[in-house]
Amino acid sequence: MDGFSGLLHGFSVALTWYHVMLMVVGVLLGILVGVLPGLGAPNGVSLLLPLTFTMDPVSAIILLTSMYWGALFGGSTTSILFNIPGEPSSVATTFDGYPMAQNGRATEALSFAFLSAGFGAIVGVLLITALSGWVTQFALKFSSPEFFGVYFLAFASFVGLSGAPPLKAAVSIALGFSLAAVGMDSVSGSLRLTFGYDVLLAGISFLVAVIGLFGIGELILTIEDGLKLDGIRAKITPRDVLRTAAQMPKHWATLLRSSIVGCWMGITPGGPTAASFMSYGLAKRFSAYRANFGKGEPDGVIAPETADHSAGTSAMLPMMALGLPGSATAAVMLGGLMIWGLNPGPMLFVERPDFVWGLIASMYLGNVVAVVLVLATVPLFASILRIPFAIIGPLIVVVCFIGAYTIAGRPFDLWLALGFGILGYVFKKLDYPIAPLILAMVIGDKAEDAFRQSMIMSKGSLTIFWSNPLVTGLMLLGLVLLFWPLLGALRQRLRPSPA
Amino acid sequence: MARKFGMALGFLAAGMAGAAAQGWQPTKPIEFVVTSSPGGGTDNFTRMIQSIIMKYKLIDQPIVVSNKGGGSGAEGYLVSKTAAGDPYKVIFGTNNAYLLPYVAKLGYKFSDLTPVAALALDEFLLWVKADAPYKTAKDYVEAAKAKPETYKMGGSQSKDTDQTLTSILSTAAGAKFIYVPFQGGGAVGTQLAGGHINSHTNNPNESIGQWKAGQVRPLCVFSPARLPAGPKVTETQGWADIPTCKEAGIPVERFQMPRTVWLPAGTPAGAAQFYEGVLKKVSETPEWQEYITRTVQTGQFLSGDSLKAFVANDDKLSREVFEREGWIVK
Repeated sequence: MDGFSGLLHGFSVALTWYHVMLMVVGVLLGILVGVLPGLGAPNGVSLLLPLTFTMDPVSAIILLTSMYWGALFGGSTTSILFNIPGEPSSVATTFDGYPMAQNGRATEALSFAFLSAGFGAIVGVLLITALSGWVTQFALKFSSPEFFGVYFLAFASFVGLSGAPPLKAAVSIALGFSLAAVGMDSVSGSLRLTFGYDVLLAGISFLVAVIGLFGIGELILTIEDGLKLDGIRAKITPRDVLRTAAQMPKHWATLLRSSIVGCWMGITPGGPTAASFMSYGLAKRFSAYRANFGKGEPDGVIAPETADHSAGTSAMLPMMALGLPGSATAAVMLGGLMIWGLNPGPMLFVERPDFVWGLIASMYLGNVVAVVLVLATVPLFASILRIPFAIIGPLIVVVCFIGAYTIAGRPFDLWLALGFGILGYVFKKLDYPIAPLILAMVIGDKAEDAFRQSMIMSKGSLTIFWSNPLVTGLMLLGLVLLFWPLLGALRQRLRPSPA
Repeated sequence: MARKFGMALGFLAAGMAGAAAQGWQPTKPIEFVVTSSPGGGTDNFTRMIQSIIMKYKLIDQPIVVSNKGGGSGAEGYLVSKTAAGDPYKVIFGTNNAYLLPYVAKLGYKFSDLTPVAALALDEFLLWVKADAPYKTAKDYVEAAKAKPETYKMGGSQSKDTDQTLTSILSTAAGAKFIYVPFQGGGAVGTQLAGGHINSHTNNPNESIGQWKAGQVRPLCVFSPARLPAGPKVTETQGWADIPTCKEAGIPVERFQMPRTVWLPAGTPAGAAQFYEGVLKKVSETPEWQEYITRTVQTGQFLSGDSLKAFVANDDKLSREVFEREGWIVK
């Protein structure tokens, strides 16, 4: 059974009152964990997992995936309103979402975020539906050198264009790399940079860094600026939403490009966080309004959100078809699959079509439910913003620290979050960019693993990075993007300017 | 010596406590500490036990599962040190409980753990890509022998079970492989299915899907006896059709990984017995049998002396490898 008939069968499984109710419950719970920084989708899903032991696998996966969609949406809400990413994958949304909110365009920013997220998700599901057979073949072509190529590309597409002075960006990246290196190194099996402290054994969580750098750092700045969160009026009326929706087609190029990036990163698997950064970088590069990026450009919200959600949804495919999770949340669900008695792998599609297609159908429905619910909850969050800073500020601090603690239940993470908060403040004061540090922390160790695995495979020869068309293409594309600013400057110099 | 003595004391204390205080009962919520990240084999093992305990109400206190998989699981075992004497922290792991302290300088020693039980032995098989030319394990090893350090053996992590087995295999058969460490069994499986490595030593459960789909096939199993028959996996073959490696002409008798349960040292008398009793009941439920069969592990309940003997033997075997490879940290 594939394609259309499978999907129809899936809808007959997913479209029951019970399942729609599970979707609503899942999405609402998801929004809640998404809004709390640090709690996040992977934690939320593992907390919910024991409840599903007694459920039918289809119902169980519908509940868990709906929660995932809800968390992805919820994560963007706080990114835009408070500059605190609820989810690692919504870090890139803060770059333009928060400035938009500060300029009094919160409604627009939120609507753009949710609508483009919904769009990305649907593209992801469509891809799964249409290409379920072929896509898994594509994913099998990826080995360590290709993964390194992908991460290199993500770096190149983002780093080459950061507005900061190159030296400051380099410092930020280097710091990110060293933070990512802390803990057990999986290639050598040795501990690195732990200095004998057991608390550093598990490494420094990227989420703690995000909470500190963004959440707490931002608060310290706000306090210095005079104790108020300015100009954020996030009142959503149906008309505003419709007006924003009418503008969506104008951004077709960004939507399309970001969906492609997202689907690709979901499947290969680079993960939603890398996808959103890469997509933001590309959007900036190809935009006619480059100078506006970082100051509240709609494309800067649309790009990461679309990519984030298409990566999140398409990550379900390699999870089911290869047993290879494309995101941290997918890894938790993979564990669930095994407990419910299913064997992920290519045969799952043949043996349990009801499960696979039921899930795929529920992804269409669940995302529609999520968009509707999330637009409905915005007034609630908007009203929070009208509370004076003297009250909301301390609450945000509490939420940040609770978030930092829930990641792994380690008291040490609280100190780390505080430390990162101060670092974030210093970075902003001295005009060091934070984004390269985050990017290096997220994909730095993966890139390093991929590079060293490649070196083991090739016995130390770099030629492995152009040993086949796929990896050669990735590396070339990465190099082009990396040197794009230089090429641009060169072209301008060669061509006499018309003005 | 001190270590052995400590262990012996632990066992003695546990033994006496069993007679003296039958009645230790939990009076507050219990934390199951998983020494792997979510989705891994140890995580499934723990959550399976949690679900069975919940279903049969074997413990009337709530159970929280927390993943502490940092540092190859060391983060979870460290709980034994930070929560010494706390009977509400039950630690779930593998043989890395006693092997990790050899290869990395960690904040805990094996003597910080009180053994409770081992519930299963996970099996290792030698897998190649389905369309590889090798008919038997012997063919493959001979090919690897002819071209030393060309054939790539994938595995999870470094200085862990897969690499240990690769080293044992290399020494026993005289064939040198390039060992490539990946993040986990799933990634290793996909690398073989895609033809990027030549072989791996995944557990049955990690590669059953790909075997069914005709992407990879097993050559031999590192077990003293063949696996139980069960239903056919492919059209023609089931688990029992795979020869043991010894049968296939590779002089490796056995390599199995125990799935183990521990408490911190110094827990109140009777606590270990309490959990042992609960786990024994778990291992007798049909759900547990189903889990064991589905994941193709060997169900074997070890506790007390049988566990001690197993640990001592496994410890000796692995230590030899670690010493030969120079992995031991001083």
